[in-house]
Amino acid sequence: MSAATTTTTTTTGSATTAAGRLAALGKAELTLLGRSKGMLVTAIVIPLVLPLSVQQTLKGDMLEKAGLTMGTALLTAGIGFAMLFAVYSALVNIYVARREELVLKRLRTGELRDREILAGTALPAALIGLAQCVVVAVACTALVGLEAPRAPHLAVLGVLLGTVLMVALGAVTAAFSRTAESAQVSSLPLMFVSMIGSGMTVPLEVFPDRLASVLELLPLSPAMRLVRGGWTGELSAYEALGAAATAVAWVLLAVFAVQRWFRWEPRR
Amino acid sequence: MHAHDSAHCRPTAGREILDHMNTDDHVIEVTDLRRVYGGGFEAVRGISFAVGRGELFALLGTNGAGKTSTVELLEGLARPTAGRVRVLGHDPYAERGLVRPRIGVMLQEGGFPSELTVGEAVRMWAGCTSGSRPTGEALELVGLGHRARVRIKQLSGGEKRRLDLALALLGRPDVLFLDEPTTGLDAEGRVETWELVRALRASGTTVLLTTHYLEEAESLADRLAIMHAGQLAASGTPAEVTAAQPSQITFQLPEGYHLGDLPPLGALGVTAHETEGRTVKLRTDVLQQAATQLLLWARDAGVELRGLDVRSASLEEAFLRIARDVKQEARDAREAGDKEKVA
Repeated sequence: MSAATTTTTTTTGSATTAAGRLAALGKAELTLLGRSKGMLVTAIVIPLVLPLSVQQTLKGDMLEKAGLTMGTALLTAGIGFAMLFAVYSALVNIYVARREELVLKRLRTGELRDREILAGTALPAALIGLAQCVVVAVACTALVGLEAPRAPHLAVLGVLLGTVLMVALGAVTAAFSRTAESAQVSSLPLMFVSMIGSGMTVPLEVFPDRLASVLELLPLSPAMRLVRGGWTGELSAYEALGAAATAVAWVLLAVFAVQRWFRWEPRR
Repeated sequence: MHAHDSAHCRPTAGREILDHMNTDDHVIEVTDLRRVYGGGFEAVRGISFAVGRGELFALLGTNGAGKTSTVELLEGLARPTAGRVRVLGHDPYAERGLVRPRIGVMLQEGGFPSELTVGEAVRMWAGCTSGSRPTGEALELVGLGHRARVRIKQLSGGEKRRLDLALALLGRPDVLFLDEPTTGLDAEGRVETWELVRALRASGTTVLLTTHYLEEAESLADRLAIMHAGQLAASGTPAEVTAAQPSQITFQLPEGYHLGDLPPLGALGVTAHETEGRTVKLRTDVLQQAATQLLLWARDAGVELRGLDVRSASLEEAFLRIARDVKQEARDAREAGDKEKVA
């Protein structure tokens, strides 16, 4: 008894660290995610089922024109869906719910910094998104003969940049959603635009050149391009750098928007 | 109804407190603080006060007086529009990292994820709090030890307030901010919370609490300030604030008598009077003298003063009068402004 008490006192008596605070908040959020069936379906089931519908619509000539195999096409779609559903859409809902429940306001009275609150809240969703990406890659390799990636570092870079951007854009979208119901609607534009215009379900090569080069500037496009290029190895260093720079620019823009517009408590 | 008043409280009272206390001992210092919201509403209009180490200071006011707007600035949740706040010698907004580990905060409306259990919420908060108490100890403090496994959504309103208090106490804070800690509690819960707050104060914690319960401020506070319409209308110890208000004598004037039949009011020591029908209300700073003279007059005149009520000033009386005075001043100012426009 006394030994246990001593240990508790010494471990809890110290000052907190950013990592410790993030872990504590992330753990609580993971518990909450596990208790919400709706969130689990959005985060885990949908991203794994939707790529199958893409398989039906993708025509052979479309793939040929883009120089893609069914494997790389499904992989890109699966990773895109993981980002949009497991990370972005889930986080818009979570941020709005926590704000409306006054959880964010309460957290802000403690030692957590603002960015730690946003990051810690996002932690479980981001980790699930990353895990989905791994599952998608393994499934595509095993089921539709996806070959090994030629430039895996680019794929990893793409997934990481995409995840960070989805977290930041989730917070931005939450800032403009007043209720959990309106969050369902306000997250749709980015999801639709990304599915069609970011090379997830339709390769950008099928669009006219001028349109395609505009679509390459959409938020999720650089991540998709890096993932695809990471597998095909057909992305030049120059192109990879351009895609990474576009993604970073979006992240900076989103971070600025969060600092400018994010609300920590409900409107009165 | 008509009232003549001589005793007004000025919103500069906070300054005097600053002057007569040793500045080194100030845990909270507020100088000319203003807070204007986005829509242009000025919730806090230039207030100043200081709270000494180990002191329990109550900010008293009606709903909408600006208490929460003020406390949020002290907690570092927002930047003041103008003026200065220091908590433990630091700016609570800009130097959040230095201040937060040493303060505990209980918001007027705390938020917790409803699907977490009480124990999970405390453990999460403990992971974000330097020098945290063990979970069980924190819950025992507020009498929630047996509720650790219950989901927060199943707690009563009072239990949620107590969970909020447990989290505020988790880091054994030097300074505790309690925004209406007993609102929503039943009588028993309120008394328990008062006892806990007294014990914390006895152990050296500086406490700033807001309340609209007068008896709460009167029984807990070393010093208090009455806030109204964004300003401090009065401040001091509960006894000082009360003493600054006149005492009161009320009675029914017997049939056939007029106010002029009484002894001269000035000679009685009456500073203001009101009449409403046959009811006479006299205000005085020398209650015993005024009451004695009045009763002697009644005996000599052979009349009975029905409904006789002689009472010393109470905090409640002070509170209501301040609210009314400030309203009257605002009306006067508005009328003066209208006249200027006409001219």
